[in-house]
Amino acid sequence: MTLATFPASEPKPSWTRYFSFNTDAKVIGIQYIVLAFFFFLIGGLLAMIIRGELITPEADLVDRTVYNGIYTMHGTIMLFLFIFPVLNGLNNLLIPTMIGAPDMAFPRLNAVAFWLVPIFGTLLIASFFVPGGPAYSGWWSYPPVSVQNPLGHLVNGQGMWLTAVALSGVSSIMGAVNFVTTIIRMRAPGMTWFRMPVFCWTALAAQSLQLIGLPALTGGAIMLLFDLVAGTTFYDPSGGGDPVLYQHFFWFYSHPAVYVIILPVFGIFSELFPVYARKPLFGYVYVSLASFIIVGLGLIVWVHHFFTSGVPQWMRNLFMVNTMLISVPTGVKVFAWLGTLWRGKIRLTTPMLFCLGGLFNFVFAGITGVMLATVPVDIHVSNTYFVVGHFHYVIYGAAVMGIFAAIYHWFPKFIGRMPYEGLGKLHFLLTFIGANLNFLPMHPLGLMGMPRRVSSYDPEFAFWNVLASLGAFLLGVSIIPFLLNMISSWIRGPKSTHNPWNAIGLEWLLPSPPAEDNFGEHVPVVISKPYGYGLGKPLVEHQAEIEQALTAAELQESSR
Amino acid sequence: MTSASPQKPRFTLLSMLGLALLVLVLVALSWWMGQQAYHWLPVQASTAAPLVDGLFSFETAVGTFVFGGVVAVMIWVVLMHRAEKYDETDAEPIEGNTKLEVIWTAIPFVLVMAIAVYAIRVNTSLGVLGPMEHIHQDNPAEEIGGYPGDRLPAEAIEVVARQWSWEFRYPAANVSSTELHLAVDEPVTFRLVSEDVLHGFFVPAFRLKQDVVPGRAINFNLTPTREGRYRLRDSQFSGTWFAANQADVVVESGDAHAAWLKQAEKLPLQSGISDAVDEYAARAKKANPGWATVPPAPPPQVNVPGSNNLPHDA
Repeated sequence: MTLATFPASEPKPSWTRYFSFNTDAKVIGIQYIVLAFFFFLIGGLLAMIIRGELITPEADLVDRTVYNGIYTMHGTIMLFLFIFPVLNGLNNLLIPTMIGAPDMAFPRLNAVAFWLVPIFGTLLIASFFVPGGPAYSGWWSYPPVSVQNPLGHLVNGQGMWLTAVALSGVSSIMGAVNFVTTIIRMRAPGMTWFRMPVFCWTALAAQSLQLIGLPALTGGAIMLLFDLVAGTTFYDPSGGGDPVLYQHFFWFYSHPAVYVIILPVFGIFSELFPVYARKPLFGYVYVSLASFIIVGLGLIVWVHHFFTSGVPQWMRNLFMVNTMLISVPTGVKVFAWLGTLWRGKIRLTTPMLFCLGGLFNFVFAGITGVMLATVPVDIHVSNTYFVVGHFHYVIYGAAVMGIFAAIYHWFPKFIGRMPYEGLGKLHFLLTFIGANLNFLPMHPLGLMGMPRRVSSYDPEFAFWNVLASLGAFLLGVSIIPFLLNMISSWIRGPKSTHNPWNAIGLEWLLPSPPAEDNFGEHVPVVISKPYGYGLGKPLVEHQAEIEQALTAAELQESSR
Repeated sequence: MTSASPQKPRFTLLSMLGLALLVLVLVALSWWMGQQAYHWLPVQASTAAPLVDGLFSFETAVGTFVFGGVVAVMIWVVLMHRAEKYDETDAEPIEGNTKLEVIWTAIPFVLVMAIAVYAIRVNTSLGVLGPMEHIHQDNPAEEIGGYPGDRLPAEAIEVVARQWSWEFRYPAANVSSTELHLAVDEPVTFRLVSEDVLHGFFVPAFRLKQDVVPGRAINFNLTPTREGRYRLRDSQFSGTWFAANQADVVVESGDAHAAWLKQAEKLPLQSGISDAVDEYAARAKKANPGWATVPPAPPPQVNVPGSNNLPHDA
């Protein structure tokens, strides 16, 4: 076998490629992540206004119409413009490098999928400036409220919202086709299914869910758009339609969407715990397969989102049991992570802290999730702040913390520089405390009977709301050390070696940052299972030579 | 430290004792949290409330046990299994343990199925007690089945949800109100209709909630059990004044209820409560009122407007 040489004299690619229609998955990955954090700041600003309004019982900070528009756009931006793009960014960076592919299967499709994001993002943000304001009916956009169109204009916030969501669906379907094909067809020689990293397993599971679920939402949204602008009556009872039908279309995708978000985060936990506990992943095969059990069950639980809308008893019981069964494969994963940590040699680096904090929050969210699954309790707390608390524990407490862990962990690989540990740990501390202070008080509020989506509330709810708002403001502050860290370490952080965490995986056998075509012609042959910490077996053929070449190139680089 | 060499026995007497102590502490903590759970909920004012609260308490106890167990392990490993400074070596490579994996699949399975069986039983009892929804023009026998045969409510109180007001009509007494009055310990049926969008009929003290769907008349049964004043809140987002779309529910003795109906019948029709109408008028005077809104429906004309700003029990 010929070994790749890594010429240190390769011309530095221009930074302008990040603003172009580039087909390199690593460029697209960074484009996705940076753009996602731009929208994260907008969505976060809206969250600050929401919590500012809710710090007092009266509707006194903004007008009620403005509040409704803001909470709708907060949810929409955070889901469609932050969390899905940021995860697609990680998929783009990690899937090809982890499986040893030179790029995605369809690089141009990949770039099109990305460039749709700024297009529908602009459309969505532009809806703030049309007469009547943006959509205000929540990120579910249930009809009939969503088709009321008070001004009667053809171009209105809700219509732009629906167009943006439909475009987002198209973009995600393109992405999903690409990720699934790449994982199935382009793995390195020797990388059998059960030698594939768990992140790729979870990405495959999540993207399969996208392919199955998204057509329902996208079709449902287009029908709603017709109801809104063309006078059809798919969801209008006066024309023979049914508003509850939309709820089926919406949740048939939007419940699995939560698994699309959380499954890759399970993948991140499964990648990082072994690295920072210096142990193999406990029960690798079982953890990999559990993702697909979650996919199967995740597709048959959607009705639990509207137990109160007039669902027959047998359906309530069926969907309750299905929902509760999901906790079994999920529990398997949690125990496997604990098994990985047990008797390990734990290193509390920034990524590890984010993983541990994320796991803590996730277990809490899992327990409130089981409570929400049981119909009698759900009927009391559905559409209350209990659900908002549960959801934010899953999405912010677990998923976003996992995403931060991934960013700190793989930043050296793709940027070539090390992030600062001190700022990272400060970021972790503020995030962990802020998230719990923000989202824990929402549970007692919901149990007491405070509905979600309210711009004012009865005075007995004030105490917990003040706490939640303080937590939210702390979360707002927590992003400052993160941004400082990312920007300063990108510009002048210490240079990273090819494997600063001493991790096992194909991506760590590439220089930091990797060449445009990753391994190019010289894809190593995988000869063992992933996560062989402590086993002393090489992952690939000629591993020692590859690492020597990488180290030699690094030495040459640093001596210049 | 505890990072013992692989030759040492895994389960010493001391570690078993420690584990037993942990389980004991967790069980005690879980039981205590289960009892605390009742205090996080509003007062119990319907036959459904104790059933729901019992299930919630059970779930809180089980959840505390699981959460406590996981967190205890996490704290233990972070404190005891930390890598020594400058220790770059790997830990002992344990790749899995089939027996353990089977056990920790079985335990959550048994736990959630226990909760599911409990929940299905509560569901069934709630159906017998009345709060199950029954869509109109369904099998009438099923509707009657919601009650013990001898205590069939004489009539259904009609609940009309609008953007943004609640109107309650008592057809037999020919009374209407924007404050819901109910007799304690008397089963009652509501006929829920919406004139515009989705609304949610939610009385936290009753632990019951039912969406009000335009184009349907949904029959909804419950039995209040405690006298007092409670809040009814719209629970399905209904537009601009969604948050202000609340009404009071007064549960009173049978005699007081009869007297209220009798007195109300004599009162002339007048505008009922609609906070939205008042706010809309004030908003129109503002220079910069905000974004577009659907105008509120005019206040319903009722015999008794009642109040929605008196102190309430829940």
